[in-house]
Amino acid sequence: MTLARRIIPCLDVDAGRVVKGIEFAGLRDMGDPEELAARYNSEGADELILLDITASRDGRATFLDTVRRVAQQLNIPFTAGGGIRRLEDGYAVLRAGADKVAVNTAAVERPDLISELAAQFGSQAVVLSMDVKKKSAGWEVFIRGGAESSGRDAAAWAREGVARGAGEILLTSIDRDGTCSGFDCGLTAAIAAQVSVPVIASGGAKRFEDFLAVFAEGQADAALAASIFHTAEHSIGTLKQFLAGHGVPVRLSR
Amino acid sequence: MKVSIIDYGAGNLPSVERALRSLGAVPECVTAPEQIAAARALILPGVGHFSAFVSGLRQRNLTAALRQALTRGIPVLGICLGLQAMFASSAEAAGESGLDLIHDKVQALPTNVKSPHIGWNQLRRVRKSILLREIPDQAYFYFAHSYAAAAGEPHTAAACDHGFPFAAVVEQNNLMAVQFHPEKSGEAGWRVLRNFLEWAQ
Repeated sequence: MTLARRIIPCLDVDAGRVVKGIEFAGLRDMGDPEELAARYNSEGADELILLDITASRDGRATFLDTVRRVAQQLNIPFTAGGGIRRLEDGYAVLRAGADKVAVNTAAVERPDLISELAAQFGSQAVVLSMDVKKKSAGWEVFIRGGAESSGRDAAAWAREGVARGAGEILLTSIDRDGTCSGFDCGLTAAIAAQVSVPVIASGGAKRFEDFLAVFAEGQADAALAASIFHTAEHSIGTLKQFLAGHGVPVRLSR
Repeated sequence: MKVSIIDYGAGNLPSVERALRSLGAVPECVTAPEQIAAARALILPGVGHFSAFVSGLRQRNLTAALRQALTRGIPVLGICLGLQAMFASSAEAAGESGLDLIHDKVQALPTNVKSPHIGWNQLRRVRKSILLREIPDQAYFYFAHSYAAAAGEPHTAAACDHGFPFAAVVEQNNLMAVQFHPEKSGEAGWRVLRNFLEWAQ
């Protein structure tokens, strides 16, 4: 009996379509969120994350509609985020069918947001999403989709977020995002050692071996990827068979 | 079959409702004591804080009706916090009482394991289970919780280990409950819901 390592496909959405950028820029259309969600659910994904990458006030209704439609396709856990600024925003995505809410920029600007969400919905429903870049020593947190430095140290922010009630950390390496050069295992291991909650590694996944490395060296509890699944380069089922063959505990039965 | 989902104001009801509907049941969300008294089968869903759950029931005057219905033998399925609420009390909310249908206490997960316990885990069967009928032993279920009731007799049908062996599946007379989220646990989870519906019929 072991807690399985999770494989989590991520849908970055803009105006109701799935898009993907490289190092947080240059967006390409990758398909319909409902179709991709249904495919991942049937391929054995352990969870799905949906992020509104523009997170504009105007696009809110469209995003909530996407959350609602994607939720209909799933019988696995579902996290939604992007543009969550207030308790009411969190309530709206949960009511639309998400199980967890991911916070990023607004939490950096007003850390009480994490405490408020955790007090209302429980820590298990609050994911702290952090976009980080390597600095000379350690990593720094960036906000607004990676556009702006926050001046915060990644490890210190992770600790604070957990102390305030975040139940999971979604850790994205901006340096690796969309580069297909593998997860930043040093980053994942460094943050995982600092917190008592699960860490989801993100950014840079390409080969099956990258996943193996992030679970072993990186000490990640879950690994997130987008492009490699969207393009159907790899099916989630095949990836999990590979991991199981290398001794990683994964959920194979659906 | 009509199934009444207790809406105390905090649970994530849409996914439970959708799963039940797909399985051919007719779910209805209930918010009044007389609806509980008339129910044929109940679902006690739950996410959030133990005290929000207890006070949510209290504010809607549902506590007594729920206790009466369950004492009378109405089939119920508690989910996550809904399992914990059947117990006497929880370390999450000192001073608050649960429904106390099972006279044990819910404890915090120990500090030597990751908490919350989030993710897919397997079960260890303690005895023949109604809810796990025709589900393979190696099946995984999705957990998301920071508190748990220690596995024990006579309530626990299957346990899970995270810091200590805890009650993952409770089956005691008309009281059925799972610490995991069956509505979020893929095909195995939906089979648990179907087993409950067939048994409650």
